[in-house]
Amino acid sequence: MDDALIEKLGILADAAKYDASCASSGAKPRSGGKEGLGSTTGAGICHAYTPDGRCVSLLKILLTNHCLFDCVYCINRRSSNVRRARFTVAEVVDLTLGFYKRNCIEGLFLSSGIIRSPDHTMEQMMLVARTLRRDHGFAGYIHLKTIPEASPWLIEQAGLWADRLSINLELPTDHSLKAFAPEKNGGTIKAVMGQVNERIVEAKEERRRFSPAGQSTQLIVGADDATDRSVLETSGTLYQRYGLRRVYYSAFSPIPEASSVLPVKPPPLQRENRLYQADWLLRYYGFTVEEIASGGEGGMLDLGIDPKLAWALKNRERFPVDVNRADREMLLRVPGLGARAVDKILSARRHTRLRMEDLGRLSNGLRRARPFLIAANYHPVGGLTDRLDLRQRLVTPSSQLSLF
Amino acid sequence: MRTITLREGADLDGFRRAVRRLAATRTAPEAVLWSVGAPSLFGDEGPALEDGAPVLLPQAVGQLIETVVCHGDPERYALLYRLVWRVLNGERALLDQHADPLVHRLERLDKAVRRDIHKMHAFLRFRALPDPDGGERYVAWFEPDHHIVEAVAAFFVDRFESMVWTILTPKGSLHWDRHRLMTGPPAERPDSLTDDRFAEGWLRYYESTFNPARVNPTAMRAEMPRKYWANMPETAAIPAMVRAAPARVQAMLEAEAAIPRRRMPEKAVAAMARQAPESLAELNRLIQRSEPLVPGATQAVPGEGPEGAAIAIVGEQPGDQEDREGRPFVGPAGQLLTAALEEAGIDRGGVYLTNAVKHFKFVQRGKRRIHQSPTAGEVKHYRWWLMTELGFVRPRLVVALGATAALALTGRPVSVLRERGPMVFDGWNGDGWDGFVTVHPSYLLRLPEEEERRRAQAEFVADLRRAATLA
Repeated sequence: MDDALIEKLGILADAAKYDASCASSGAKPRSGGKEGLGSTTGAGICHAYTPDGRCVSLLKILLTNHCLFDCVYCINRRSSNVRRARFTVAEVVDLTLGFYKRNCIEGLFLSSGIIRSPDHTMEQMMLVARTLRRDHGFAGYIHLKTIPEASPWLIEQAGLWADRLSINLELPTDHSLKAFAPEKNGGTIKAVMGQVNERIVEAKEERRRFSPAGQSTQLIVGADDATDRSVLETSGTLYQRYGLRRVYYSAFSPIPEASSVLPVKPPPLQRENRLYQADWLLRYYGFTVEEIASGGEGGMLDLGIDPKLAWALKNRERFPVDVNRADREMLLRVPGLGARAVDKILSARRHTRLRMEDLGRLSNGLRRARPFLIAANYHPVGGLTDRLDLRQRLVTPSSQLSLF
Repeated sequence: MRTITLREGADLDGFRRAVRRLAATRTAPEAVLWSVGAPSLFGDEGPALEDGAPVLLPQAVGQLIETVVCHGDPERYALLYRLVWRVLNGERALLDQHADPLVHRLERLDKAVRRDIHKMHAFLRFRALPDPDGGERYVAWFEPDHHIVEAVAAFFVDRFESMVWTILTPKGSLHWDRHRLMTGPPAERPDSLTDDRFAEGWLRYYESTFNPARVNPTAMRAEMPRKYWANMPETAAIPAMVRAAPARVQAMLEAEAAIPRRRMPEKAVAAMARQAPESLAELNRLIQRSEPLVPGATQAVPGEGPEGAAIAIVGEQPGDQEDREGRPFVGPAGQLLTAALEEAGIDRGGVYLTNAVKHFKFVQRGKRRIHQSPTAGEVKHYRWWLMTELGFVRPRLVVALGATAALALTGRPVSVLRERGPMVFDGWNGDGWDGFVTVHPSYLLRLPEEEERRRAQAEFVADLRRAATLA
């Protein structure tokens, strides 16, 4: 590895970092054996964390940051003055193998600016994946960012080599896409998501390999004026209609060389966090977008408390819930109880009537759950859920009085 | 009181033997003293223990034991034996009782070991050392909290089977020579592990993938506690990255919006839209460069015949002979088609011949390659090529031979014998073709009776004749 390559790596990693996803999960366990290299374990591994608290699992780089598109939120848009660089297929392959052998990464997450044409770009990316798999027996994880404007056959070839394909919608409404990403088209993007989903489902039925870890997408939060409700509605549709594994939310972050159309501001990290929590409620806790949105005001989530607590505070008549009797659906709605804790409660209560100290061993969120629960030896006094200051009490930890 | 002494580290075998013996003599946990390391000064009290028979435990209990014996807690064996005792004495489902204090404590030990294993998988870094015989050797130093060195071996062998590597830890070492795993004694921290330039590259990557606008060292430390940093080269950059972050963000926020220095690349942007293949030859090059959906085929078999042909005939997929020669309809079915065309008065040379699927799919039986029909999903994969191809040929009529071709051209399952005859093929975006559906010649080859075959063949020729009048 020479200085020039290290320099390129710096530029093309910097250009790729605004993509939130770095997951290496969902692949079936496999390994490269004596001739190949690498393995996947299903769960994915984070090999490091950067000081922004984000996981480094895959080598996340662009093939090139030259781009013919002009999406105003993007540092790589054609009108940006950012430094440009371009990897060859062989360079990306060597970097991936080199870092992988040192146990720095789970695999590769390759994305690219659009050069020459979407087809040309997609083909280069596909070639990287094909070379790794076929010439080097690479069995690690490969995530390819699909270029929705590329021809269908190329996207389908990419699916033969990748563990995961993703297509970034970036903005939740067609209106915003038109305003901020003139070369993109919401219809095209969704059509490709539909195509990829169809191929994934068919391949599963026909026991072929095609993007076995599914597809994902990313929405930028805070660049346009979309509300949390409309972001979540978009996610809900994507999960239902295109079988997406994940929707990533990326707080719109200041970039060097920002566009005058979209001035930079500090990233709305709290909002991003609340959206992830809401997304979880949507997928694993049986909440609807409507219910989640009702916890906030004017289509925006409450930034001060998590969306489950926000919903509970507005639906106090449904609490307290008896942990020894309630069904799974209702237990999942208790603030502070996660899906794991709920499953432990369900299995433990078959053997014993659960008391408060038992719950302390089953869940780490008991402080928040307490006002919403009934246990064998505990009933919230005077209807804790009726107290007007309940929100306040749950947000700031109560401090003990001390004798002076 | 019995004293059981197990060896240092994770002594799963020793614990298993002890449990068997203790269970055989029905010794209660209160009567056992567990120690680790050198045999107890006082030796075993009470009569010598006989080897016991295997003890039947629920699978989950066995798994928990395997993990918890790796823990560094000196009480681990006593706790585990209390669990075993209770499970054997009427509490088979004890592990479901997550609120039980013993279960809760063991779950926490289990979790700690699992986390340690996971972090070792994640944070261990190999360095490449030049090998005397020209290859590369990889060495890592790691300091786990618990006795997990043997527990992680399978992961590293599985992942790096093709490499020669050594993992050194204060709790034992592993060496893999591409064939055999050797475990060794605790190691000392090596003085210097020389780094090659990949380590430098990795540092640059780590710095570049960090977004200063999101700086959050607390979140980082929760997942990557400081104790691991010493063995991870990239962490050396952390203090400077955190220190510089606020100023970098401030600079971005204060910067004037950039005025593009470059001209708008109008020509390139306009050219970008013209990416579709512009000729049949170009399309065929694409097809030939592509990978078969199902591995095996020697080559892609493109269509053949003049552009502008009045009739295009679409078959299923290349067969054994087509796959070898790279031309469509040259095998037994192709010869039958050629004969039928001649009989119908159609010049084969003037017809465009192609297949719905461009690669041969087969199973190997001895020396023979037995044809396998493409699935509906595979047919769809090849549709874009077929439609683009027919778009270049622009035939007046498209003849589908058999169900696969009809599926590719209509996008729906077609019953050939019931629907044979003229049909409109919708094409890609409704810009379709007049079509005609008939049987595939290989169907004629498969008919067992001579008489039946002759009749079917006459019908096939009649179909072709009729199609020719429509073209």
